[in-house]
Amino acid sequence: MKTQVSTTINNEPVEFLCQPNESLLEVLRNTLSLTGAKEGCNNGNCGACSVILNGVLVNSCCVLAVETEGASVTTIEGIAPKSGGLHPIQQAFLENAALQCGICTPGFIMASKALLDKNPHPTEHEVRYWLAGNLCRCTGYDKIVKAVLAVAG
Amino acid sequence: MYIAFMQAFDYVNATTIEQAVAVMYREGDMAKPLAGGTDIIVQLREGRKNAKVVVNVKNIPRLAGLDWAPGGALTIGAATPMHLIYGNAPIAAAFPGLMDAFSLVGGTAIQGRASLGGNLCTASPAGDTIPALIAHNAVCVIAGTSGWREVEVEKFCVSPGRNALQRGELLVEIRIPANATGAQKFGAAYLRFIPRNEMDIAVASAGVSVVLEGGKIVKARVALGAVGPTPIVAIEAEKALIGAAVDDAKAVAAAMAAASTAATPISDMRGTLAQRKHLAGIMTKRALESAISRAN
Ligand code: FES
Ligand code: FES
Repeated sequence: MKTQVSTTINNEPVEFLCQPNESLLEVLRNTLSLTGAKEGCNNGNCGACSVILNGVLVNSCCVLAVETEGASVTTIEGIAPKSGGLHPIQQAFLENAALQCGICTPGFIMASKALLDKNPHPTEHEVRYWLAGNLCRCTGYDKIVKAVLAVAG
Repeated sequence: MYIAFMQAFDYVNATTIEQAVAVMYREGDMAKPLAGGTDIIVQLREGRKNAKVVVNVKNIPRLAGLDWAPGGALTIGAATPMHLIYGNAPIAAAFPGLMDAFSLVGGTAIQGRASLGGNLCTASPAGDTIPALIAHNAVCVIAGTSGWREVEVEKFCVSPGRNALQRGELLVEIRIPANATGAQKFGAAYLRFIPRNEMDIAVASAGVSVVLEGGKIVKARVALGAVGPTPIVAIEAEKALIGAAVDDAKAVAAAMAAASTAATPISDMRGTLAQRKHLAGIMTKRALESAISRAN
């Protein structure tokens, strides 16, 4: 039976219907057409589906959509300023060439945002540990780490 | 068109222990409690476990949160995620031997959801929190339809993926005793061997604790992970340490040998039987050194 879920996504109230066995990732992508979060592994290993749920970084493939009743979700679509332009982390990824195919990028940016929201000036070591749950098969990680450190200043 | 890959199930958002236990009694093994979901959602999706109903237990107040006063026992609600435990500065400072383990379960996004009770209930032979909890003499507090009971963490895992919970039982909280008072000093550490720096599953691990009094080890716990079907208590290693001076190299060597002997690993892609037995000793020694230094 479909359940109605009321939540807040990217600061907008959102209601959707879902089956109990649908993941948050599936609802974001298939029901709400928010396709920024990617499905890499669908089992919690790759971080491509990373979103921020009630202020905490999570893998949206490992969250049931029904669990988000009353919750606040931030996805890659919601981080750029409404007035236009990019979020500083997005800008830094572009300037530092921190992406190639781009599949991992929304996840890395959300994970980086969660880190910088908590710890605005992490060391390189802290950045690398924090991002260890995000996999990238293209860049070799170095440019991603440099981009995050560029924002951290 | 949306294609559901995960088997269909009903969802109950439980708000009381009684409600959760009633559903779990009614449905038996086909009811699965959901806390962080980082194991159960993947298991259901991959068909490794089956459910008719998934019971969200993390909105039950007693299952979420921490209770501790300096010098006292620590109670951790079973559904409390790792990041809230190691992110609690006073508790993290008071229980470094637990934080060793809690801070390396998965990556950041997993730690945002994965609960302590979930890691225990998954009962993986390599579950990082379990040897650390055993070293701290932790106890599982369990609610059921016919009352409550307590099970020591060292008796909670019964085989790979199987725990001691019976039909209709729910792990409510994990209680860690104060472990030392007065002139006694407690120290504990958890260490695992993995071939990379982060985000891996232990090849072998050890949770060790000591209680020191007057430069002597008066109590010791040695629990091994990933070297048997369940975490293993190396009783002979504990015996080798009790009564020894903290700098007694012979006792340490005896404990290492006893830990290697107690280990009953398999060979798999993560490591061979011989390597794991060897590592059980090495991890025991290094965790012991750290536990002793923390007790001082
Ligand atoms: S798709 Fe969620 S962690 Fe890989
Ligand atoms: S840019 Fe291709 S996986 Fe990271």
